[in-house]
Amino acid sequence: MPDALEKEAVPTAGGPATVAVVEAGPAPGRARSLWSDAWRDLRRKPTFVIPAFVIALLLVMAAFPGWFTSVSPREADLANNFLREPELTHFFSPEWLGYNQQGQSIYARMIYGTRASIVIGISVTALVLVFGSLVGMLAGYFGGWIDGLLSRVIDIFLGIPFLLGAMVVLVSFDTRTEWTVILALAFLGWTTIARVMRGSVISIKQSDYVVAARSLGAGTWRILLRHVLPNAAAPVIVVAMIALGGYITAEAVLSFLGIGLTEPAISWGGDINRAGGQIRTASFLLLYPSLLLGITILSFLMLGDAVRDALDPKLR
Amino acid sequence: MGRYVIRRLVQMVPVFLGATFLIFVMVYAIGDPVSGLFGDRGPDPATAQALREEFDLDEPLPLQYVLYMGKIFTGDFGTAFNGQPVTQLMEHAFPISFRLMLVALVLEVVLGIALGVITGLRRGRSLDTSVLVATLVVIAVPTFVLGTTVQYVLGVKLGWIDPAVSPDPRLDELLVPGLILSLVSLAYVTRLTRTSVAENTRADYIRTAHAKGLPRRRVTVRHLLRNSLIPVVTYLGADVGNLMAGAIVTERIFNIQGVGYQLFQGILRQNSPTVVGFVVVLVLIFLLANLLVDVLYAVLDPRIRYV
Repeated sequence: MPDALEKEAVPTAGGPATVAVVEAGPAPGRARSLWSDAWRDLRRKPTFVIPAFVIALLLVMAAFPGWFTSVSPREADLANNFLREPELTHFFSPEWLGYNQQGQSIYARMIYGTRASIVIGISVTALVLVFGSLVGMLAGYFGGWIDGLLSRVIDIFLGIPFLLGAMVVLVSFDTRTEWTVILALAFLGWTTIARVMRGSVISIKQSDYVVAARSLGAGTWRILLRHVLPNAAAPVIVVAMIALGGYITAEAVLSFLGIGLTEPAISWGGDINRAGGQIRTASFLLLYPSLLLGITILSFLMLGDAVRDALDPKLR
Repeated sequence: MGRYVIRRLVQMVPVFLGATFLIFVMVYAIGDPVSGLFGDRGPDPATAQALREEFDLDEPLPLQYVLYMGKIFTGDFGTAFNGQPVTQLMEHAFPISFRLMLVALVLEVVLGIALGVITGLRRGRSLDTSVLVATLVVIAVPTFVLGTTVQYVLGVKLGWIDPAVSPDPRLDELLVPGLILSLVSLAYVTRLTRTSVAENTRADYIRTAHAKGLPRRRVTVRHLLRNSLIPVVTYLGADVGNLMAGAIVTERIFNIQGVGYQLFQGILRQNSPTVVGFVVVLVLIFLLANLLVDVLYAVLDPRIRYV
């Protein structure tokens, strides 16, 4: 999935080379960097503000699920099974969205399931960003045999379809916690970022300011971290933001197939999987978790799209 | 061109070996193929030892890999959990999945490009906006939710299709599963084509084509479309991998006994020969598909010359 997303975002990769550089230091009040321009653009756009608000809400739900519901998602009372219709007018009460096969509140399980999706999505993205950027930066900046070697490694990882590889890794573990899933997805997902970073670094390493920094005697690490990285970061961050939605989807798909998180973990994908069998008798079991999952993925995708448009100087 | 293809094929060899070795390590080093055969109770130590010797599992991992690849090149993929040779499973599964993939790819390419061109030419109109919103929704709602819902509504409630396809499905039975499989990719193809078409309509060569009095249709098809397809073709190469993983979900929902089904069974039962065998073949197909994509570039864009 992330591979697919990369392609759409790549056209912006030409951006950084043409971007005016604002060096750190006592910034004069009028200085406008790429990021502050983008921010001025974004905060007026509903396609940014709405998903950002939804994501903020999801983050709160993930951090403090107890604020949203009083019952435990694991508390099961068979008197309340799915034969009881949801009470759609009882907002935010346990019976609001009905009960599942085991008499657990669907609403509570949706709230508590947020954490798995958000934690996995964000952690995989963070790991992939750090590792992928490092590899991409080294390959792009040094070129030569380092680039040759690292690019071959990237090719090898790209030769394995993402979800397929994740399944093969995950099934070897009997109990799979969030960390197992995170590491498996990051292990296979870093190549997307590495490729974008490599291309981005190659396009800016010949820039005047890099040459200037080198001729002033700056060390390799200083050039990489202070000059190359800040200017190469924009397309990478955009790809990562869009990929985040893809990682959440991946977790849900894996849980749906029964090779994602294992019990007692609560995950939207797992609940949707179990709801599939009840679709004839109680389709709401499938509907509500799917809806929330869809909204979550959509929010991350839209946020990424909006940020990409704001960072692309061609569209200004 | 011929030399380029040969050079690419040679370059593919290390990537293929590396990718399959990685899969091999993931299956054999992280998992334990012998205990996978026995379920929760665990094997008798003597039996386990005998099995290890029979399948060369007592050798060091790199040697195991060399032995395994040696067998593969003589057509021996090992046996699946039910005693059938893996090649026999493949013989049955691959034609079915090829049909499913064919349906998905045709729908994705034809519908996706058509929608992309139409919306790209009418940027900002209501049709454009509604297609864009639809693609976002399709991308956001996971395939397994859409698949289960469509199967229920069309198959159970309305009775238009069979909820599960027959063991050796015809193309028309695979229409709905193929559409479900292709939906996400279809949305991406639409968006990519739209962006690309919208960018190219402002290009100089389009103005020139209009200026020399070519009919609109000809400008759109010969000049605009051909140049707009390059990013789409790139995407299709990478997408073959997505379709492979997606097929596992789709085949599970519609009970299609293709590659995804066999692979999923192999993964669930930790049957290493099945998993590694199928994945090796899939990786090979994936790499070849990407080679085909690179060759297609030359057809679309004569500026690209291969030497």
